[in-house]
Amino acid sequence: MDLTTHYLGLELEHPVVASAGPLSQTVAGVQGLVDGGASAVVLYSLFEEQLRAEVARDEQLIDAQSNAFAEALDYFPTTPITTRSAAYSYLSLLERSAKSVDVPVIASLNGADLGGWVEFSRELADAGASAIELNIYLVPGDVKTSGDVVVERHLEIVSAVSDAVSVPVSVKLSPYFSSVGDVALQLVDAGASGLVLFNRFLNPDIDIETLTTDAGFELSTPQEGRLPRMWIASLRNHTTASLAGTSGVESSDDVVKYLLAGADVVMTTAALIRHGRSYSRELVGGLQSWMVRKGFASLDQVRGMLAVPTMWDGEAVRRGGYVSAIQDAKARYGAL
Amino acid sequence: MTKAIIDGNEAAVSVAYRLNELCSIYPITPSSTMAELADEWAAKGQANVFGVKPTVIEMQSEGGAAGALHGALQGGAMSTTFTASQGLLLMIPNMYKIAGELTSTVFHVAARSIAAQGLSIFGDHQDVMAVRQTGFALLGSASVQESHDMAAVAQLSTLRSRVPFIHFFDGFRTSHELNTLDMLSDDDLRAYVPEELILDHRRRALSPEHPYIRGTAQNPDTYFQSRETVNPFYARVPGIVQQAMDEFADLTGRAYRLVEYHGAPDADRILIIMGSAAQTAIQAVEHLVARGEKVGVVQLRLYRPFPVEEVLAAIPGSVTRIAVMDRTTEPGAGGEPLFLDVTSALAEAVASGRRATLPRVIGGRYGLSSKEFTPGMVVGVFDELATASPRPRFTVGINDDVSLTSIDYPGWLDVESPETLRAVFYGIGSDGTVGANKNTIKILGGMEGTYAQGYFVYDSKKSGSRTVSHLRFGPEPITAPYLVNAAGFIGVHHWSILERVDVLRHARRGTVVLVNAPYSPDGLFARLPRRMQEKLIELECEVWTVDANAVARTAGMGNRTNTVLQTCFFAISKVMPREAAIEEVKKSIRKTYGRRGPDVVAKNEAAVDAAIAHLHRVEVPEAPASDVAMVAPVPLGVPKFVRDVTSRMLLDEGDDLPVSALPVDGTYPSGTTQYEKRNISDIIAVWDETACIQCGNCALVCPHAVLRARYYPDTALAGAPSSFQSAELNAAGLPGSRYTLQVYAEDCTGCGLCVEACPVKVADGGGRKAINLEPVLERDVPRENIRFFETITINQRSRVDFATVRGVQFLEPLFEFSGACTGCGETPYLKLLSQLFGGRTSIANATGCSSIYGGNLPTTPWSSNRYGRGPAWSNSLFEDNAEFGLGLRLAADLQTRLARTRLEEMRDVIDDDGLVDGILENDQLYESDLSAQFRAVEELKHTLEKMEGPKAADLRSVADHLLRRSVWIVGGDGWAYDIGSGGLDHVLASGRNVNVLVLDTEVYSNTGGQASKATPMGAVAKFASGGKETISKDLALQAIAYGNVYVARVAMGADPQQTLKAFREAEAYDGPSLILAYSHCIAHGIDMQKGLDQQYLAVNSGHWPLMRFNPVLRMQGKNPFLLDSPRPRFPLKKYHENELRFRMLASSDPETAERMLEYGQMQVNRRWRDYEEMSTRTAAEFAADAKE
Repeated sequence: MDLTTHYLGLELEHPVVASAGPLSQTVAGVQGLVDGGASAVVLYSLFEEQLRAEVARDEQLIDAQSNAFAEALDYFPTTPITTRSAAYSYLSLLERSAKSVDVPVIASLNGADLGGWVEFSRELADAGASAIELNIYLVPGDVKTSGDVVVERHLEIVSAVSDAVSVPVSVKLSPYFSSVGDVALQLVDAGASGLVLFNRFLNPDIDIETLTTDAGFELSTPQEGRLPRMWIASLRNHTTASLAGTSGVESSDDVVKYLLAGADVVMTTAALIRHGRSYSRELVGGLQSWMVRKGFASLDQVRGMLAVPTMWDGEAVRRGGYVSAIQDAKARYGAL
Repeated sequence: MTKAIIDGNEAAVSVAYRLNELCSIYPITPSSTMAELADEWAAKGQANVFGVKPTVIEMQSEGGAAGALHGALQGGAMSTTFTASQGLLLMIPNMYKIAGELTSTVFHVAARSIAAQGLSIFGDHQDVMAVRQTGFALLGSASVQESHDMAAVAQLSTLRSRVPFIHFFDGFRTSHELNTLDMLSDDDLRAYVPEELILDHRRRALSPEHPYIRGTAQNPDTYFQSRETVNPFYARVPGIVQQAMDEFADLTGRAYRLVEYHGAPDADRILIIMGSAAQTAIQAVEHLVARGEKVGVVQLRLYRPFPVEEVLAAIPGSVTRIAVMDRTTEPGAGGEPLFLDVTSALAEAVASGRRATLPRVIGGRYGLSSKEFTPGMVVGVFDELATASPRPRFTVGINDDVSLTSIDYPGWLDVESPETLRAVFYGIGSDGTVGANKNTIKILGGMEGTYAQGYFVYDSKKSGSRTVSHLRFGPEPITAPYLVNAAGFIGVHHWSILERVDVLRHARRGTVVLVNAPYSPDGLFARLPRRMQEKLIELECEVWTVDANAVARTAGMGNRTNTVLQTCFFAISKVMPREAAIEEVKKSIRKTYGRRGPDVVAKNEAAVDAAIAHLHRVEVPEAPASDVAMVAPVPLGVPKFVRDVTSRMLLDEGDDLPVSALPVDGTYPSGTTQYEKRNISDIIAVWDETACIQCGNCALVCPHAVLRARYYPDTALAGAPSSFQSAELNAAGLPGSRYTLQVYAEDCTGCGLCVEACPVKVADGGGRKAINLEPVLERDVPRENIRFFETITINQRSRVDFATVRGVQFLEPLFEFSGACTGCGETPYLKLLSQLFGGRTSIANATGCSSIYGGNLPTTPWSSNRYGRGPAWSNSLFEDNAEFGLGLRLAADLQTRLARTRLEEMRDVIDDDGLVDGILENDQLYESDLSAQFRAVEELKHTLEKMEGPKAADLRSVADHLLRRSVWIVGGDGWAYDIGSGGLDHVLASGRNVNVLVLDTEVYSNTGGQASKATPMGAVAKFASGGKETISKDLALQAIAYGNVYVARVAMGADPQQTLKAFREAEAYDGPSLILAYSHCIAHGIDMQKGLDQQYLAVNSGHWPLMRFNPVLRMQGKNPFLLDSPRPRFPLKKYHENELRFRMLASSDPETAERMLEYGQMQVNRRWRDYEEMSTRTAAEFAADAKE
């Protein structure tokens, strides 16, 4: 059975990829993901602004007590702290991981403004990244920021980075645009070779006992796969760029659904955290069983089977879907 | 030649590192920088000029460093070390051996004072003079350039002569002075030191290939002759050194002599002098000779072997009077060492007919502990020599009104080139002033044809200290090793400084004065103290102002005013054309901040432009505009000593104090920080009495003892100021009682630990607590409140529950307002100790942070209670603290025994069995017993006062010992784990009742963050710049192994109640106790306000498990090992991530960091398993105490 797929121009043995997350923070972790069956690994995200903030903080910590007392004019060796040195651990992990596994290792760069993305991207490519995933995480603190500005910022980053590096660039984007499809296609025009749908914004929660907010990080649930699948299905026949589905993968059924919607690859971290790194193999096994059961010999037959055909009136489809969903809801819950 | 601007330490080690294969090191001020740089270079893999990457090994003490060095030398390695002061003294035994075996090595010494009546980190020649008898040659440098050059000369000379060398230069004055110098290249050094000499050195090494023994035991028949065998080697040294100097001149063009004469060829009066002061003397002599005076100076570089011939040859035949200047003192000697050497050389020369007349030679002491030695003092010495009968022994630079040794001298003599720009800057520690000045020196000194010098003076506090930067720039090399006077520019970077000290003491006519002030230029002049106004008018100064804080804030740079003020200096100091100067500043910003990203550069550049826009000239009127007084250094009504002596030191006038003003034996009054209201923070703790739950957490953790709690009857509120805060006491059984938590506002450093410790969250949505940091609006109101608060009776100890944190807040702290770092993690433990046991405690304090914030003059924090009782504190040394404390215990035990014996003997005379039995039978375990004993002893003393006879006198002298004396041995991990570890082990094994408190910061904090054996694996520290590779020593387990030692690991931030329990149990235990107290520290690279959170993480990640081992439980048949913290619930990584010391490795060497974290986690798991297992054992599974 042929499970090979292409993602960002890279040939992968099968479509199950480990997404950016905490499991890839060490070389051993990356190796574990690959041993567990992932066909590619997206490293955890390098947070660019955070790096700069950390450097500034560390410089401040060093300065905080320097030149204040005759016996101790400073408290640390004089190695300068730079964003480069702060990124070094990431670059080193990338380099060592890329060398230690025989599947593509994709670097992930997270940020919100142009900052040092171009420079970092070059370094990531030099360190052996097979591709770079731009994880654009823009939550405007200023509620008056216009949608155009947000989109412009995305396009500016994608264009700058894809111009600067020769490896493919993908964008992990948010679902919160007025017109997701249009933005997605604009990103492809700006130079993205692939789109990862979607970025999950953390939703802070409130602790009513300690009266504090917390980051509220939670692993994704299968329900969360519906939204990205809908957009993958819509986009599939409008672009040749790679499409990756992420969020809401719990079982091989979810993988199948993504593929039917039109995804080239399906990414997960939540399932691997819940079930262990070797769960990739089970997901692939489940996919295979399903294909056997359904009589598919190749992934090409499956991929995009349920994507929205280009000749259809998309609006009508969605409207129709909406109307039937409402009716379904009325039928199901109306008696309550 | 490459020009560089570095300090003397770097100048010396740059050569030493490149010419050696091994550096055996240990930190000691002011030499530590040499060792630190060597370690950093080695960690980066830098090779020496022979292509070898030197090994750098940190030892547990200087004694250990010398031992390892000795071994390495015997093994054939080219080896060196860097040290000073007591460190050099600890090397003496090995120095005799190394010299006796004719072994080539150079010790580089930043010469420093020796601890006698008090410790001093500053420079003089006491340490090097204390090793002049060891057989080492002594070669002294006078400047930063010389410390570079003589390092090479010494290296070549030792290899040629086989005599080991001390190469020394003046601590701080040269070791820390930045100056322009020409650097020796690797090629220079390779060409200078022939490899053949190194091969010779290796050939002399011990080797099984050609075995022999060295270090035999010798007997009366041959020891003496053997000692004489080396004489020819010493005889050759002066010639060898001069030859090395001559070859050096051929190589570099810089010519030196062993002994140099400067001055009139026909001089009648000369000085003989060594070290940096020679430069001052030469400068003054040139000035005097130009005025026609017949004077001269002999500069000595080689002191041992004493170059008799060269000294004699250097002294012109015309000389009739000589002053030999020693930067040391030898009480009781016929004269100081250099003086004796010179006089004996001259006397022998005259006696043997080689010199016609014997000049009159007098010996002077100068410059101890970096006391200034100025051109004016040189003139004073020549004037003394010119008198009819000059004083045979004298001092210069002080006012000795006791032995009348001091001579007069002109206050100031300007002998500097008018082309030299001189500038003085007043800043506060860590405000960026010193850093910016160092940067200015690099900018200006880096320009072609400009030379620069910088020297920085710091005060004695670790937080909020005053810094004074002395800078010189000029077209000629700067050889002025003394503070700037008659400055062309004075920058006052904080308004509070000019209110407290005379910032114009270094001014001259026309000085440009820059004042950073939050006031408009129009009204500024009238706000200045009147004395300053008068001086500005009199000296026709040009005054400028900028509100640097506002400019910096607007530019998004927070409180960092350095860029703004540096720009202003460049703009108005006339050091170079304004536009060019500003461009230079921007260039430097791009260089310095470029790596931090374009936004940081842009921010700084914007600050430069804004600085210029907000810089204003202040009009100086013809007469003073107001009558503003300076802030008094101490309030009225203070003790006489504080008024007459301490206050002068606080005013920077300590140099003017006469000898008679100072104690003869180093004994100073306790508790003087209370008089120094430093007001170092603009934000301070403010109590919200409506929200407070009175738990005492804030008061417990306050490192500076500025939070004081009292409860009192509501009637005590009569007459309270309207702003006095009070709340109903939140405790059962005391109706009508009130509670006040008083913030000592002027002493608060704004560290915020109290806010972090406060468990209350006010429901206002703003995150407020019951104690908050707020800007200081008003200083008089809190002052008035404190005055009232102090009228409220201190709570009786017997009416306070010692067992709870809540209760402890009512105990009077007898350790207060120390100058420790803001948010210090150590001082809360000391304060607790003082609250619990202070009235009956003797403290032996190892040298280190705690001895510095605990005992550094002018003001000290250990204080006394309302009965005048309080901790008796002393610091002996770094290495001997446990032994010193044991000595205090032994003496106390002796005197207690004596007192009890005498009391029994006098039972009949006293005729009060109730009193006598009460005293003798009280086991003094509880506070009630102790108060009863205290009262009884007071009564006994009162009774004894009326009695006569030797026994009564005897008992009177020791009666205080009838109150149980609590002996505490306090120090840091550098002491406990390293230099004092042998002594500590022995003292713990002694079984005696001492309490050891280790303030464990896991690093040498006081000397600037060098690794100790407490430093955890993976932490970056100096001497472990590649990350510490071994786990920290488990001192707790070592002590537990004895079975009879009470041991506790505590961390106040994680479990204050456990800390309290451990302190009380340790003190109550009649045997040795060891408390290891986790202390967060600036050397961890953390936000100090979050220090307690980090302690919590340390404990709950398993990095610092809390435990107690109580032998008393063992005696009761119970398991003495109590594990007090829960099973680790965070990975070690979470703790590591918050600390720069770990993060540094993750960024410089992630693979190693990853590996070390993994090993660290394994160690945490292993230790937890071990501890957990121990906590489930039976009593019998632990070593028993024979006392059982």
